[in-house]
This record gives sequence, C-alpha cells and structure tokens, in this order.
Amino acid sequence: MDLARTEVAPRKGPGKSAAARLGLIAVPVAFFAVFFAYPVAAIVVRGLKVDGVWHLGRIADVLGQSDVRHVLWFTTWQALASTALTLLIALPGAYVFARFEFPGKQVLRAVVTVPFVLPTVVVGTAFLALVGRGGLLDELWGVRLDTTVWAILLAHVFFNYAVVVRTVGGLWGQLDPRQEEAARMLGASRLAAWRKVTLPALAPAVAAAALMVFLFTFTSFGVVQILGGPTFSTLEVEIYRQTSEIFDLSTAAVLTLIQFVAVGGILALHAWTVRRRETALRLVDASVTARRPRGAGQWALLAGVLVCVVVLLLLPLAVLVQRSLDAPDFAYYRALTSEDGGLFLVPPIEAIGNSLQYAVVATAIAVLIGGLAAVALTRRDAGRFVRGFDALLMLPLGVSAVTVGFGFLIALDEPPLDLRSSWILVPLAQALVGVPFVVRTMLPVLRAVDVRLREAAAVLGASPWRVWREVDLPMVRRALLIAAGFAFAVSLGEFGATVFIARPDNPTLPVAVARLLGRAGELNYGQAMALSTILMIVCAVALLVLERLRTDRTGEF
Amino acid sequence: MLLSLEDATVRFGGRAVLDGVGLGVAEHEIVCVLGPSGSGKSTLLRAVAGLQPLDSGRVLLDGRDQAGVPAHKRGVGLMFQDHQLFPQRDVGGNVGFGLRMHGAAKELQGERVRELLDLVGLPGAGHRAVASLSGGEQQRVALARALAPRPRLLMLDEPLGQLDRSLRERLVVELRELFGRLGTTVLAVTHDQGEAFALADRVVVMRDGRIAQSGTPLEVWQRPADEFVARFLGFENVVEGSVAGEAADTAWGKVPVPAGAAQGVRSVLVRPAGVRLVGADEGLRCVVVARTFKGTHVAVRLQPEEGAPRLEAACALRVAPGVGDVVGVEFDAEEIVVLG
Repeated sequence: MDLARTEVAPRKGPGKSAAARLGLIAVPVAFFAVFFAYPVAAIVVRGLKVDGVWHLGRIADVLGQSDVRHVLWFTTWQALASTALTLLIALPGAYVFARFEFPGKQVLRAVVTVPFVLPTVVVGTAFLALVGRGGLLDELWGVRLDTTVWAILLAHVFFNYAVVVRTVGGLWGQLDPRQEEAARMLGASRLAAWRKVTLPALAPAVAAAALMVFLFTFTSFGVVQILGGPTFSTLEVEIYRQTSEIFDLSTAAVLTLIQFVAVGGILALHAWTVRRRETALRLVDASVTARRPRGAGQWALLAGVLVCVVVLLLLPLAVLVQRSLDAPDFAYYRALTSEDGGLFLVPPIEAIGNSLQYAVVATAIAVLIGGLAAVALTRRDAGRFVRGFDALLMLPLGVSAVTVGFGFLIALDEPPLDLRSSWILVPLAQALVGVPFVVRTMLPVLRAVDVRLREAAAVLGASPWRVWREVDLPMVRRALLIAAGFAFAVSLGEFGATVFIARPDNPTLPVAVARLLGRAGELNYGQAMALSTILMIVCAVALLVLERLRTDRTGEF
Repeated sequence: MLLSLEDATVRFGGRAVLDGVGLGVAEHEIVCVLGPSGSGKSTLLRAVAGLQPLDSGRVLLDGRDQAGVPAHKRGVGLMFQDHQLFPQRDVGGNVGFGLRMHGAAKELQGERVRELLDLVGLPGAGHRAVASLSGGEQQRVALARALAPRPRLLMLDEPLGQLDRSLRERLVVELRELFGRLGTTVLAVTHDQGEAFALADRVVVMRDGRIAQSGTPLEVWQRPADEFVARFLGFENVVEGSVAGEAADTAWGKVPVPAGAAQGVRSVLVRPAGVRLVGADEGLRCVVVARTFKGTHVAVRLQPEEGAPRLEAACALRVAPGVGDVVGVEFDAEEIVVLG
C-alpha cells in the first residue's frame, strides 16, 4: 500500500493558528456588536443625547431623585437577602446531593433544576397562586405574602436553588474524600479537616454560585413584576416602567447605565472566582464519593433537605397545576383555544406554537454563536483579548433584557438592518441570553480534552478541522446537547426582551401569561395558570431529557 | 540525512529549552536522546513533529525546510509518552486513524490494521476497547498506530516509561529487532540509560537544552564527555585533579591515569571497578559507610578518613567488607578516564 504524501505546503506564518482562532471568534464578536452592543448603546445615546448634545448632567439628576435611590436601595438589599437566604437553604442540599446516595436521587436532581429553567413569569404566577390573594395560604389560614417582600425572596430561592446545588454540589461531589482522610491521619479533627481542607477547596465555588444568584436576583424582572405590586420595584422593573409606561427614555438610559456598571462589576468578580476555581484540585468521579447516610444526624439532614425541596420547590408548582384545573371540564384549558375579544388577535393556545418555533431558531443561533466562541476560547493560554471576550459573553445575562428588547426596536429599524417587522428579531434577542449558557456548558468540557490527544491526531495526519471533528466533537457531543437544551429552555422562558418585540398577533407563552395576568377576571387568571402549567411541562420535559445526558463535567449550570 | 536540526532554539519565557541544537539522523538509523527531565528532550521531538514552533534555527526533513509546514503534513510519526490513545475508538479505530486521515481505501485500512496488530503481537484485538488494555498492550497499540501510515521518521517519547521493569527489558529488545526488520528510522527520547543503550545505534546526551555528547552507546559509556554525562550515567566517583604525565593529583591522593590523557586541571572519573580494596595499612584509608547488593556484585560506599569525597567500589559478594570496616583503597589506571 502506498500512501501519497502531501507535498510541502507553501510557507505560512507561525501565527496561523492564532489567526484561525481570531477568525472563529469574529462571528460571535460581530453578533454581539450588532445585536447587543449596538442596540444597548442606541438606547443610552437616545436617552442622554438631545439635539446632538450630551446631557450627562441627567445622570446626576436621576441619581438625585429619591424614588430612584429607593429603587436602587431595594434592588441591592433584596438581592443580598435573596442570595443569603438561597445559600442558607441550598448549601445543605448541595451537600446531600454530593455526598449521599439515596433512592430517587437522579430524578430529584432533575426536579430541583426545573425551577431554574422555568420562565420567571411562571415562577411569579406559581407564587401568586401560593401566597397571593385567594392563594392556597390565603384559603387555608388567611395568610398573604404577596404584599410583603417575602414572596419575592422565596420566589428567588425557588428560582436559584439549583444554581447553588449544581455549582457547589457538583464540585463537592468530585472532591477526593481521601484529602480529608489524609488531614485526619495527620491529627485533624473531623471539623478541623473539613474547615482546613474541604472548605478552602469549596470556597471559590460557593463564591461563584453566590455571585451568580446575586446577579440573577439583582436583575430580576418577571418575578418582581408579578409579585412586587406597586410597592417593590427593581432596577429592571423600573427601566421597563420608565420605558413603556412613562416614556421617560433619559431616566431609563441612566438606569440602564447604572445596571450595566453593577453587572460588569459582579461579572468581573465572578470571572475571578471561576479562574480561582480552575486551580488544581484533586477531582475524582462523583459517583464514587457518595454513600448511604449513616446515623440519625445524617438521616435527619437528608429528611430536612427533602422537606425543603417539597415545600419550597414542589408545592408552588403543584398549586399552579391545581389552580389551572380549578374549573370543571378543563374550562381554563379549553378557553385557551378560543379568541377572547381583543386581548389577543389569536387564540392564546397558538402561543405554544410560536414559542416552540422561536425557541428552535434561537437555540440554533445560540449553539452556533456560543459553540464558535467556546472553541475559540478553549485554549487557556489565549491572549488577554480573548479572555476579556470570555467575560463579555456573560454580559447579556445581566444587562437589562428590557433595554435589549427596546434597543432592538429603535436600533434595528433602518436599512441595512431593518428587522423591525421581521420575526427573526425575537429569536435573536432570546439567543443572546442563551449564548452564555452554551459557552459555560461547553468550555469546561472542551478545556478538559487533553491537548496531546489533539496533537496525536495531528501527527497522524489530521488537519485542524479533522482534529476537531475526530477528537473534540465526539467528546463534547453530550455537552453540546445539554447546552442546546439550556438555550432552548432559556429562550422558551425569556420575557424581558420578548415582551417588547413579540408582535401582538404572535405572542410567546410568557408574554401571553403576563397579558392574561394583567387583566381582571377569574377566567383570565385561570387561563394564565393553565398556560403556565403548559410552559412548565414543556420546560420540565426538556430538562428531564437533558438529565439523562448529564456528564460529570457539565460546567456551571 | 533524513532529519537535520540546525541551530534549533526554543524559548519558554526567557529560558532556552532548546539552545542551538544541531542533530542529524540518517535513514534507517536509531538515535536515542538521553537526558534528565527538563533537559529539552520532549521539546526536541515536538519541534520536529511541528507541534512546537522554533524561535530560531531550522528543521529539515529530506533536506526540505519544515518551517510553516503544519504537523499533519510533515509525515512523521510520534508515539506519546502516555500513548494518548483515542478513548472513544476501539483498538482498530486507533490503529487505522492515520490511514483514514491519509484517505486510504477501506479495504486497505482493514488489511493494514490486521497486519500491524499481528506485527506488535496483538492479533485479532481490533475490536477491543482501549480502556480494557493493560499498559503493555496500550504501548503496542500506540506503536502500531504510529507505524500505520508508514512515517518516514518515527519518534518515540519515553516509549517504555510507564511499564514495569521486566516488561520494559523484554520490549526494548523486541523494538530494536522490529525496527531493524522494518528499516524504520527512529528518533527516541528517554531518561533511562539502559533503554537508550539497548535501543540505539547512536546516543545523544542532552543537558539544559544543549547536546552534551553524541556517539555510539559504547563510546558514550566508555568515554563520557564531561562530569555531567558521567554523573548522569550513574558514575559517582568524579573528582577534580591536576593531571601531569600518567598521574593526577586529587582529593583521593595520587591517582594513575592512562597514557596520553589530557594534561592540566581536569575532572577525573574512576569507575567503581577501578577502586581496588586492599589492607587497611595500604593506600587511601577509608571507612565503609554502606553496602548495597546489586545482584552480580556489591556496591560499597567508602568515606576516606581525610574528609575527601566519598567513593564507590564494586566488589565480589564474598570479599565485600561490612559496614564500619576500615579498608585501604588503590586505583586501577585501566578504569580511569580523564574527562574533557
């Protein structure tokens, strides 16, 4: 057999691979420039520049207003309180999921993740059904929390429980227990060993999870919009109010800038803790570190965590379903199929089809853009520019979705990019939020692929493209599917941006729910519950499918 | 020359990992690069493979400059230190990988994979999972995989590093026999001198990114170029001395050297066999501080009473003194080398 040997290629510069990586990253960079930076900048400019003159004094003016300061103060303290409460409730859960083996653990792990991918609108609705007027607690004991901040805090815990369990518990399960044993052999007590060995290893993950929770609650929109009433308003809700109700663009622009700075700070801190977390830890397969609980104390801990999960996570969802069935013959569900005089131009049930179609397109975009970015970011020794881009990719998670949505409307409305009336606008906005999830899920897996495996393939004659196809792809296929699932769930539930840009005759599920909730009447309320239930089931099914694909290195979410 | 390196230099940060290395490998030759870890051996292979760009100098294959030629077009094979078999493919998929990359026809691939698995002593293992292989079997699969596309140059990075001793000794003989039969040109690196001497036609000793010595195994063993090479080969009895005529003045007293040795202040190597133990009242008085059984002989560590550097002597088991004994030492000019 004779293998034709390719002749020596023309001389190329040594920087070829760097150039290729820059080429890979060009697509995501362009995407973010056009569909994120440009619309956000356009909003800010529109708000602060009047007749060609910058009015930076507006910033001081707005900050001087007492109600704005009130919003800022509330946004910050409720985020701090939500984060503290989430850690308090979820850390024992993280431990239980990491170290204990018990029947039904796999299913339960999926169940606690369901709230995280649930649309915020559904979370808000579920808590309204639990603690609101005419809610379960109201009926049973006459207790109502929807006028207190507790409803918001509990909803935030509900929403972010999985962030802590997955980020901290994921690492906890992989920490080698023999490290603690080694410390105990050297004379450390059980507690001292935990404090000196496990805690320091865990601290960066706890910090990263806390920052993530803080970020999500700081920018909370749907939950506060529904549960906050007139009393409580976060920055994001206030931006929405200023933009769409009061039409005070300059105040909205200043608030957007404030949120941008705050989120930038949080993300910088987060990136720092993530880098610390990547430092050499001895990790083992999580399945070998878990065992059955021993002794009354451990069983009690397990029971406590299970009760928490049932009361805090399952009960609101169950109430939601129960409320949606609270009329004879599935009346609320049947009402979804009929047009109802003006609220929608179409039967609400069509929102399901719309949502699914948008979500499929958004997922494709997010996977493409996020995948390219992840491949380009794979090499740890990448330059500062690439590292900076890594952090930049997280920004859409925190920058006001409302601003993005409104920015789309005012920035992408003239040639060459006149997308105002195009359906693609919705999936584009939704993909922006999906990309960070795709990158965060794929990057750790890609980075875990041994570089020398790629080199071995190259030496055997595989071109860089073939190396990726033959070595990387088979290893990240699962991560890719998981990433796609997250992007799908996220775009299904996206509300802040979509509420602006979805056309009235093509509402998505969350938008339809919010509109139904905004109207009085038993039937509308019931339909909102029914539609939320459908949305929840779609998300839960997507997630349960993903859980089957779960690998040990699923990244941060 | 099939492979020539000219003044090849690679820097990591400010440190030169390869420092102006010049090396040639002729067709069908087996060259073994020997050096401690961190001496730049692996970087040398990576530079030839095209996995590590040179900061200056050239790599030529068949006389052609390889600058700008990516790894997958160089037509060289590299067997990695820990094999790096593709975990998601079976044995046959691994061995056939290079053939597939070169676009060989399916039937030819299958035929060649079978042929190579026979060659490395794993007939019919094509469908086994890589994870089910023992260390020795993985090593054979990695070898078959590297050989499959018929590379013009086969490079081995610590080929037997992770295997246990008896397997290593058996495989090194097999490898040499196999490469001889196939006429493969081989550039291997190892830190194990036994492996290098058993495998190579020519040994190249590296130190801190430079070549310290190059020669046949016998030449290198008999005449280490300098103190570093001598100590790396395991010789402990190296001392500075001023050589005049056929004697050197050292910390161990007057030591005879072979006729025609270089004169002046030099490093002097005394092989353990050249340290002769005599009665305590003759020669250099030493105390025995340790004895180690080496199978064929006993290595005896001696501390001269005047506080000079310790000496190692090789003794027959029956005559070896015990720890704490006082002995006299004389030197044998035959086993003494004046280093460069």
